[in-house]
Amino acid sequence: MTISLDLHMYLGLSAMLFCIGVAGVLTRRNVIVVFMCIELMLNSVNLSLAAFSSQLGDPTGQVLVFLVMAVAAAEAAVGLAIVIALFRNKQTVNINDINILKW
Amino acid sequence: MTVELVLFYLFGSVAVGTGLGMILQRNALLSALLLVGNFFCIAALYLLLQQQFLAVIQIVVYTGAIMVLVVFVIMLLNLAEDHPRPKKNSMQYSIAVALVIGFLVELVYILMFTDRAPAGFHPEAGKLGTVESIGDALFNKFMLPFEVASVLLLVAVVGAVLLAKKRLP
Repeated sequence: MTISLDLHMYLGLSAMLFCIGVAGVLTRRNVIVVFMCIELMLNSVNLSLAAFSSQLGDPTGQVLVFLVMAVAAAEAAVGLAIVIALFRNKQTVNINDINILKW
Repeated sequence: MTVELVLFYLFGSVAVGTGLGMILQRNALLSALLLVGNFFCIAALYLLLQQQFLAVIQIVVYTGAIMVLVVFVIMLLNLAEDHPRPKKNSMQYSIAVALVIGFLVELVYILMFTDRAPAGFHPEAGKLGTVESIGDALFNKFMLPFEVASVLLLVAVVGAVLLAKKRLP
């Protein structure tokens, strides 16, 4: 049996990258690193959307990747502005110290 | 082993390696650079899927715009060295690792026990990655989401300026 490149391999890689992103969000304490892990998760989902697009022969998946990238750019701008505002007020980016919304 | 498969394994393993390096690295600036490497690998994987447009905007938007912004903020706030965690919150840490492993096992289980899709991609797949094909879908079928995305970007720009600027007297 010869192995050929197919949808399942892309989905497996995407699952691994997504889990790495989840691990980073749950274990890291630096808010910017948490933010970068969210970007990694968005990217892994983009990869599986692109693979589905090739599998089904339909450009919709690629249009969705394009829109996800637009949302990620908006998220990056707003998220980093929030980080700057937080750092100006609390002098820290450690999420253990940012707990004023915690009950 | 075809050339495509070799390239897939190469870029896939580099992507996983840089991703792992990113979450294990204590230095925020180095983890941002590893994430840039990861994004380049994902762009290469888009090229393997014959999706040239996505590969180009992956590099231009993610590594060119978003990661530059992240690196800029890391340097602006002088956060390059990540302080070692003061007390190791082992309870939370082990629960997090267990959850992630459980999640990975679940995803792999789903992939193993679903029917494999017919081998190979759609024969027309090579024609879908061009700007022409995506532009056609975007401006005919997905006109409204496209316009909503542009409004979202405008709102994000205004919101970012408002949040990051100093309070007026």
